[in-house]
Amino acid sequence: MGEATPLLSLRGITKRFGALVANDDIDLDLQRGEMLALLGENGAGKTTLMNILFGHYTADEGSIEIDGAPLPPGSPKAALGAGLGMVHQHFTLADNMSVVDNIMVGVEPLTRFRRNTAAAVAKIRALAERYEMDVSPYSLVKHLSVGQRQRVEILKALYRHTRILILDEPTAVLTPQESDHLFATLRLLVDQGLAIIFITHKLREVMAASDRCLVLRHGKVVFACRTATTSSEQLARRMVGGELPEVRRIAATPGDPLLELGGLSAENDHGYQLLDHLDLTVNAGEIVGIAGVSGNGQSQLADLVSGMIADFSGTFMLAGAPIEKPSPRQMVRRGVGRIPEDRTATGLIGDMTVLENLALESYWKRGFNRLGFLAAVPLRQRTAELLGRFDIRCAGADAPVRTMSGGNMQKLILARVLAERPILIVANQPTWGLDVGATAFVHQRLIEASREGAGVLLISEDLDELFAIADTIQVMYQGTLSPPIDPARTNAAEIGLAMSGQRDISQAMISARD
Amino acid sequence: MRLEPRAHTSMAMTILVPVGAAALALMSCSVLILWAGASPFLALTLLVKGSLGSVFALSETLTRTIPLIFTGLAAAVAFRAKLWNIGAEGQFYLGACAATWLGTGAIDLPPPLLIPLLFAAGAIAGGLWLLGPTLLKTRLAVDEVVTTLLLNFVVLLFVNWLVFGPWKDPMAMGWPQAEPVVDAALLPPLVAKTRLHGGLLIAVFAAVLFWVVMKYTTWGYEIRAVGNNQAGATFAGIPIDRVVIRTALLSGGIAGCAGVSELLGVKGYLTLDLSPGFGYSGIVVAMLAGLHPLGVLLSALFIAALSIGADSMSRALNISNYIADIATAISLLAVLAGMMLTRYRIRFR
Repeated sequence: MGEATPLLSLRGITKRFGALVANDDIDLDLQRGEMLALLGENGAGKTTLMNILFGHYTADEGSIEIDGAPLPPGSPKAALGAGLGMVHQHFTLADNMSVVDNIMVGVEPLTRFRRNTAAAVAKIRALAERYEMDVSPYSLVKHLSVGQRQRVEILKALYRHTRILILDEPTAVLTPQESDHLFATLRLLVDQGLAIIFITHKLREVMAASDRCLVLRHGKVVFACRTATTSSEQLARRMVGGELPEVRRIAATPGDPLLELGGLSAENDHGYQLLDHLDLTVNAGEIVGIAGVSGNGQSQLADLVSGMIADFSGTFMLAGAPIEKPSPRQMVRRGVGRIPEDRTATGLIGDMTVLENLALESYWKRGFNRLGFLAAVPLRQRTAELLGRFDIRCAGADAPVRTMSGGNMQKLILARVLAERPILIVANQPTWGLDVGATAFVHQRLIEASREGAGVLLISEDLDELFAIADTIQVMYQGTLSPPIDPARTNAAEIGLAMSGQRDISQAMISARD
Repeated sequence: MRLEPRAHTSMAMTILVPVGAAALALMSCSVLILWAGASPFLALTLLVKGSLGSVFALSETLTRTIPLIFTGLAAAVAFRAKLWNIGAEGQFYLGACAATWLGTGAIDLPPPLLIPLLFAAGAIAGGLWLLGPTLLKTRLAVDEVVTTLLLNFVVLLFVNWLVFGPWKDPMAMGWPQAEPVVDAALLPPLVAKTRLHGGLLIAVFAAVLFWVVMKYTTWGYEIRAVGNNQAGATFAGIPIDRVVIRTALLSGGIAGCAGVSELLGVKGYLTLDLSPGFGYSGIVVAMLAGLHPLGVLLSALFIAALSIGADSMSRALNISNYIADIATAISLLAVLAGMMLTRYRIRFR
């Protein structure tokens, strides 16, 4: 390359945080009409690089040029002015406002009293039509689907004359079909001369959609190439920096039912039906995967089995015994191991130590509680043993957990759960945001636990994860579950149809093949 | 200028922040003293002398330290659980009321039994007084900052009514004060010819006890877990409401003890000026101590020395003793800013 002046050019970007080099001499070129995939494990430096690009951080060394003109460092305003736009993974829209209000906010002149909404609406309509996005300017954001909201975010960027669009994990919240739609839209944009960077760790998307890819590892660019000349295996090896960890599948031999939910319904405080006459059985020794687009009741299902929802109707049986008024402590007592969706917000207590966090679900048990005092010696012994057994890297038993990496935090939670030898494990997004190595570790441990007789309820929005380790998959849609599907006899497209509510079609496709 | 999170906080930083805050407070007072027309150097010398410079000065400072340790602990334990008890002042007075009720002749016991009994009564009164706002918080999510603060005035009016009405001492020549407690209830002096009393030992013991509870017991563990991350504690199965109520009883109880200690150790009878705002100063003491029970000992001493020293300085130089209040306020602000600096570093571009 190097024929024309690149639209965006990063040269020798280096950023240090103390001893940690987050970005190490990174070069990046982006041409008009090009789609670049930025890959890397957690902590590889992708977020830091984007923060530097947008002026939230200042690079210690290096320079940024947009269309040949240097971009002043540390100025978000200059970055936006130069045509950089970002679509965040977690949308930055106000739910109670209309699409046009959301798009206009922040770009109106402060000195004008009246807003020129009509002009904005016309412009949004024109943009939406040009790029084939079905968004009505006057709908309220809260009435839009996740995919539509993402299109509003893209429109918002386009409205501001964005020339370089950056998307952070754009498909994390989408069904496979919605992802295809998104990439079709992005392709249209690129054809119009925009440049796009998308951050992801889903190799399938990289191979399908990008023109070029750039792999970051430990803050360095370890691999850059045209997508057509590489393979997902090669990219994965570059990301991990070696051979891929292998997860050993072991054949399942399902035993007695451990968790039985029958006609189970639950509402939230506002009377909104979150679980709707749901039936589910998890047997000993099997991993039941729950697929679904986020917000279809998966969190409530996990909360229910974790003992966080006390009010429900229907039957809730655990190991043959009914549960009437569940509480977290009761579920722990009855042998339910719980891996929550959000490790920092609910799984751990950040300012407390590794030892104290490992004890959270057992400190009250005999052996650890001596006349109201925490039994220091047994707790230390157990902590040391678990740190070793689960290969948890930390500064020691007395280090606060907030200083640990995401992968080690998740290992800590896994250790806390598995140390109690649970009969049932409910894991909600257990590998969300983890790197390949940590993901494989979590998967391996879940498989082992299930083969030793535990039932595993695995809730995940990542279809690859479900196909990798679940023995049977059920799709959640608006608080209900599809019948169990054998992962060996289906594919992502069929599951995706069920995720978007087309359960009958998906069932028909599966049975038609038999 | 921007803030960046620090990877870890060094021990030196943790100690340097409160000490630096104290130094900053004294320095900024120098400006005010200069403005008031006195020499800051002389004033600060007098302040130190007046608080620590003689046996008498030291004894006065330590006497003032006692109630601040109790109320400082009250704030420290409650704030650890994110229970914002601003009502230590009211709990202080209710503790004193309970001790007055039982200690003015209603019970006849020897000192070793009577004094602990009165402390227990004061603790129960203070603890129960905080229970109301706490139940409103756990059951109905009513903000305890508002309720505990406003209940202070309810208590003050109640005490006002008591000392002007049913409990008024007929021998007090018309002064609004209750009858004095019996001799057997008085805390013995620690140093002859000073006001320093045995309450100091109780306060220090309480601080050590609170430290042990917070660090080594399941109660303390639960309080810290609930305070640091309530959602996480709930998920782990810690009974949040029970922990918060327990914390309230501890916090209100120790604040009640402050009132008992002042009553039995300094005044001997209940009046409306038993506390010059010890309940509120306790908040400053706890914050300066970083909510650490043993740190409360030192920060209570600092605040006490500041106010005793400022009294003596203002008498000698004829400038207002409000200087002490300003120094207290500045040290609190400096600590709050400093605490942020222990977790973040400032970067200048």
